[in-house]
Amino acid sequence: MKAMTAVALRDLRIGWAQGGAALPLIFYLLVATLLPFAIGPDKALLGRIGGGLLWTAALLAALLPVERLIAPDLNSGTIDQLVVRGMSEEAIGIAKLAAHWLAFGPPLMIATIPAAALLGLDGAAVARLEAGLALGTPGLAALALGTAALTGSLRGASALAGLVMLPIAIPLLIFGAGALDETGAGAMKLLAATSLLLVAGTPFVTGAALRAGRG
Amino acid sequence: MSGPARLALHGLACLRGDRLLFEGLDLALGAGESALVTGANGAGKSSLLRMIAGLLAPAAGRIDRVGAVALAAEAPALDADRPLGRALTFWAELDGTSGALPGAMAAMDLATLTDVPVAMFSTGQRKRAVIARTIASGADIWLLDEPGNGLDTAALDRLATAMAAHLGQGGIVVAASHQPIGLTPTREVRL
Repeated sequence: MKAMTAVALRDLRIGWAQGGAALPLIFYLLVATLLPFAIGPDKALLGRIGGGLLWTAALLAALLPVERLIAPDLNSGTIDQLVVRGMSEEAIGIAKLAAHWLAFGPPLMIATIPAAALLGLDGAAVARLEAGLALGTPGLAALALGTAALTGSLRGASALAGLVMLPIAIPLLIFGAGALDETGAGAMKLLAATSLLLVAGTPFVTGAALRAGRG
Repeated sequence: MSGPARLALHGLACLRGDRLLFEGLDLALGAGESALVTGANGAGKSSLLRMIAGLLAPAAGRIDRVGAVALAAEAPALDADRPLGRALTFWAELDGTSGALPGAMAAMDLATLTDVPVAMFSTGQRKRAVIARTIASGADIWLLDEPGNGLDTAALDRLATAMAAHLGQGGIVVAASHQPIGLTPTREVRL
């Protein structure tokens, strides 16, 4: 437990110190800024499609940090040193998932407030979007970490990471956007279930991928 | 150190891809004993150390280990953007041996580099930092992969002193090197 906390804190520090954690946020806000220019100032239209567009932006933003989550620690030997100290690969996965979500989820939810304002979403829609992101970002973070572990020992894996991750992220997107509807309580439950499945499975995927990559 | 350290390899074989690097390797080391692993590039020296550390599964054979292991590998595992002191403290805190860190850093003459970011280190300085982490870890079994790489004469002397002190306290050293590192090994393993 102590080791997991130490690894998570180290990951959080690296995320902020090296700017890696800020990139998805900037990307997300940039999309929200650009969309009204591309679609035009039709408030009703923006209000109708804005939530779904922000979900798409969140999904793509989740892809950005994939390259920095596992590969640097594999190359520097940090993961080897943790394993030699008796830490299991799954525990490393849990610590890294916690750190990644903390650096990714809450900031994205805060950025959603100005982003929703830019798209003219009303208060109820923002509340549903925030609730959906609170449930969905752990799933997105888990997907990013699992993908990072699977592609960590490959060179130039970012393009491949998109191909691996985006298809699995489709359920999150469908249920997340579905939950934006006023009658979307069922979608919200399915979003929570999908997210929970991803969060529960990712430490094992990460562990297996780290062990196989060491081969 | 708790209890006498012991390391025994029984009929160890190493398979990398399709290539058999070595097989039937036996080695037994007790407290205060050391082994020097030699061999050509790619003979499996690093793989042997990684097997003993538990990072690689042996293709055949068995490893019996009593005591904690510290691996000083080629990859430094020190956060490049951090000052050396902080980077080493991360590992010392994980090992629960923060108190041993200043002594270990002094032993490898790193005290003056405490506030220098690891990214600015030379090969030899980085190696000294890795050896200092190994000393500070308090582990019984040291696995040193090319510990002499990039070290100057003074640093090599310090390494030899540190290894002798570790063996004197009942530790075990397994070093892989193709250059003299000032270790008079109990056993020599040629791969």
